[in-house]
Amino acid sequence: MSDWVEACDATDIDEEDVMRFDHGGRTFAIYRSPDDEYFATDGLCTHEKVHLADGLVMDDIIECPKHNGRFNYKTGAARGAPVCVNLKTYPVKVDAGKVLVQIG
Amino acid sequence: MTVTPSRRDYSLIGRDAKLAVENGLSAAEWYHTDIPRKQMKELMQRSDGPAIRDTAIWLAALIVSGAGGAWFWGTWGCVPFFFVYGVLYGSSTDSRWHECGHGTAFRTQWMNDVVYQIACFMIMRNPVTWRWSHTRHHTDTIIVGRDPEISVMRPPDLARAMLGFVGVLDAWHAMSDMLRNAAGNISAAEKTFIPEQEQGKAIRIARIWTAIYAATIALALYSGSFLPLMLVGLPRLYGAWHHVMVGLLQHGGLADNVIDHRLNSRTVYMNPISRFIYWNMNYHVEHHMFPMVPYHALPRLHGLIKHDLPVPTRSILAGYREMIPAFLRQLRNEDYFLRRELPPTARPYREEFHNYAAMAAE
Repeated sequence: MSDWVEACDATDIDEEDVMRFDHGGRTFAIYRSPDDEYFATDGLCTHEKVHLADGLVMDDIIECPKHNGRFNYKTGAARGAPVCVNLKTYPVKVDAGKVLVQIG
Repeated sequence: MTVTPSRRDYSLIGRDAKLAVENGLSAAEWYHTDIPRKQMKELMQRSDGPAIRDTAIWLAALIVSGAGGAWFWGTWGCVPFFFVYGVLYGSSTDSRWHECGHGTAFRTQWMNDVVYQIACFMIMRNPVTWRWSHTRHHTDTIIVGRDPEISVMRPPDLARAMLGFVGVLDAWHAMSDMLRNAAGNISAAEKTFIPEQEQGKAIRIARIWTAIYAATIALALYSGSFLPLMLVGLPRLYGAWHHVMVGLLQHGGLADNVIDHRLNSRTVYMNPISRFIYWNMNYHVEHHMFPMVPYHALPRLHGLIKHDLPVPTRSILAGYREMIPAFLRQLRNEDYFLRRELPPTARPYREEFHNYAAMAAE
């Protein structure tokens, strides 16, 4: 079973926003939803490997900054062209004000 | 310095396409002006309001001008109506196709999709094919062999560029492609940028459009009048001039094979009517650098980053005054281009990619 990794303070991310988190040579995107829930996905768009943390969060959607490809960051589901491949998602929990990600 | 012209290979499956991938020009990391995340988020914010307002004006003007043209059909009175209708049908749809394809015009996605489909039909661009070609245009902007949307290749074909103002070649190619796609044929070049799972959609759309044009032609024949074609199809020709006029300015005469939009794209100050038709795509450096920013926020983005960009071209006329001589010079030396001067405070970027192009400009 993988360990939980501390990504950031819960307050580091604004509501309805995203933040980049690099760990072990990999990059992730950590999201805070409008409902104050936290989520994590792979950090790069599955279309052309652009950092999603530079994109726009709208409700439960993350939009890639390069070609406007959209994913549901809660499920990782690709939501139409030009993205066709889903994002990998990771379990997240908040403990003592810290956002923890379970990286597989 | 003597430069030996080398003929570029614009084929998407040719020599320069392979070279661009090998030398890192394709799918490269492009220059971006630094903008604090908070400001960038504000600029990227989506809203339905501006696009609903502009679309309501656009549709109302289309209906009124089209109805006026039909009412006065057969008299000189129809000319001003069809002049307006043509520009709204054959030019403003270029920017509607573009902005809604990015998904930035409206916050509500189905609204983007509806206007995108309507605009694609009017501008005669298969919504599937062109979504993917434009994706490539943003990945590899004016990279020879990679960008399928280079409107003026080198050496420039000026006759072709001028025919663009009346849409003849565009419409011919659009109809040929539509019929080819409707027959179930996706070309080798199209296959380089349309994923396999999307190709069936391109074929389905082409078949629907073929049926619409066949019905329009049948109606014209049945009624013995050109009027149905003046309302559907032909406006793509007689109303194309505005989108070509502003579209050529986007990259015309500037550098190719660079990975800095400040060097290969042009921001032009324009009158408010052209900006309405063009949905602010005159801020073209800004759009390419930050495609997430909606058209209505581009003037704000321009104000924020203009210190890091070349001086904007001050008018459409000024743009043509620099672009036409550059095209003429490229007839003799296709490596010539207009070299953009960055402000002294601007950050340079990846000079090693640009040395070849910089030498050619001397």
